[in-house]
Amino acid sequence: MLWYTIRRTLYSIPILIGVTFVTFVLFFLSSTPQQMARHNLTSKNPTPVQINAWIKQHGYDKPKPIQFLNYTKSLFTFNFGKSDVTGQDISERLRKGVVPSTEIGVLMFTASLITNVFFAVYFAYYRGTYVDSFGRLICVIGMSITQVVYIIGAQYVIGIILKLWPITGYHIGLTSWKFVVLPAIAGIISGFGGSVRLYRTFILEEINQDYVRTARAKGVKESKVLFQHVLKNAAIPFITSIVLGIPFLITGSLLIESFFGIPGIGNITVEAMQGQDFSTIRATTFLFTILYIVGAIMTDVAYTFADPRIRLE
Amino acid sequence: MFLSNLIPIVIVAVIAGVLIRAGREPLWAEAYRRLFKDRQVMVAIVIMMLFVSVAVLDSIGWSKSKSETPQTIIDRVFKMEPERTYSAPMATETMGEPHLHKLKHKHIFGTDGVGNDVFYLTLKGCRTALIIGFLTQLISMPLALLFGMLAGYFGKFVDDFVQYVYTVLDSIPSVLLLIAILMAMEMRGQERGLVQICIALGVTSWVGLCRLVRGETLKHRDRDYVRAARALGVSHGRIMFRHILPNLLPILIITATLGVSGNIIAETILTYLQIGVPPGIGSWGNMIDAARMELARQPAVWWNFTAASSAVLILVLCFNIFGDALRDAVDPRLRS
Repeated sequence: MLWYTIRRTLYSIPILIGVTFVTFVLFFLSSTPQQMARHNLTSKNPTPVQINAWIKQHGYDKPKPIQFLNYTKSLFTFNFGKSDVTGQDISERLRKGVVPSTEIGVLMFTASLITNVFFAVYFAYYRGTYVDSFGRLICVIGMSITQVVYIIGAQYVIGIILKLWPITGYHIGLTSWKFVVLPAIAGIISGFGGSVRLYRTFILEEINQDYVRTARAKGVKESKVLFQHVLKNAAIPFITSIVLGIPFLITGSLLIESFFGIPGIGNITVEAMQGQDFSTIRATTFLFTILYIVGAIMTDVAYTFADPRIRLE
Repeated sequence: MFLSNLIPIVIVAVIAGVLIRAGREPLWAEAYRRLFKDRQVMVAIVIMMLFVSVAVLDSIGWSKSKSETPQTIIDRVFKMEPERTYSAPMATETMGEPHLHKLKHKHIFGTDGVGNDVFYLTLKGCRTALIIGFLTQLISMPLALLFGMLAGYFGKFVDDFVQYVYTVLDSIPSVLLLIAILMAMEMRGQERGLVQICIALGVTSWVGLCRLVRGETLKHRDRDYVRAARALGVSHGRIMFRHILPNLLPILIITATLGVSGNIIAETILTYLQIGVPPGIGSWGNMIDAARMELARQPAVWWNFTAASSAVLILVLCFNIFGDALRDAVDPRLRS
């Protein structure tokens, strides 16, 4: 298993190189260095001397393959350089963003997983009754509302009408929970419909299996059957769907962090997008890609925990 | 302008063509019969048709004189003189001014900050939603189909290559890839418009479908009918597109239908992130984005936010209901 993890990690290197290649093509080959210099120099009408100096300083005068090598090297060593727009050190900024992003990401992820699984099992328990059809209706409607509306709605109802928690901002430290609860609620609600509906089908697929009948026949309570027997056996599709959900988690963090003013990596990305700050976007793209790949590897490992019959070779 | 007006009409024609062609196959004729029996689905279809026809009417326009910009049918029927500022739905006076003014017209959904009729703006969003929803699918589906079928049918290094490409694309978070593509196009001098957004969305969203097509093609590759065709000397291209493709159609059409609703939702998110539809073009995402700060006003301006978000909700809900029903109707395993 350790061997498998190592090999899997090695496999992800070509993928990462592919990713850097794609971003390199998109960011470097689509625009000439002159355009980029003009875009990034602060003065309105830069002189040719200034432009050439900028190009030289950023190494855009070298041949493309060497530029690509330098680019790859700097990404793989996490040496992201300075922001195109503000001139701040990108690594420094991202490091500051890690804490709030992790806090909100972990909270949102675990809380929504628990809620979604609970409701999925609950609706499956009442399958075929009006509770179930009501639940399905709620899920379909929930799926059809855009995340933007959930975020604005949560901010409006909880922040402005009920005045429970502050609506934007963040403080590092123990008081940070106050700023994180509201975004997390918005995140949980926005993923609710789709996930519950999916999880419910996973559970219903297991419910007609023989072992369920056996468990019921020996007198195990229905709730125990569902939560202990069925849930354990339905773990594989759950894990798969959770990994497939990682990109949505990232998108969600972009939206939620920028909307609630949490200075995480998502927020940094959105600001960079709006300010056309290429070097920051390259850095965050690389970072999120690594996150995704790590998530995918962890899933494969998690499969073996969920189902000992799966052996990773 | 001309091109983007042609798109909705082409889209509607293509969809109608596909649906009519599919209706000749026994499987689909049976599926249609099942769909039409379900009253809930019928309501969804009627509402979808309503939105689509608004979009089509909004694409047919003409100008009375050379100097005038072309006005579409929707413009001519629903466009009203702008009021001074906000007004509540069905109100007779403006709102939030020191001296309230009488309104020139009745506005069933009220007016926004610059006095535009919210109902008219909502109608204008239909066309954008239709284009983003369907054009993206029309771009991503052929990509997914071609690569997925090639990978599944030929296997070996073709498969390795296609898998590598889509794993790489899939590893980049789609929002960031989308931004990269849009920015690259902008740098190349392509002004960000609906078509550019559709291309970017299409390029980022074909991966999931491609994976599905590849898996299905793998399943069909060694079936008897394909082997028989190969034994008879049918060419690879013909086997793929005449023999295997019809068997993939059900999955394709269902995924495409559900994908449309995903695209409409994606538009609102992208527009909120300022990388979506540019402000000049009427879209629900733009309306929501413009309205989000106004909820904090006293008294709250809720109507433009509500109008845009319920338009999204209704249309996407109909697509979801229709897509689910279609899946149930087409999937033979679900039939009793």
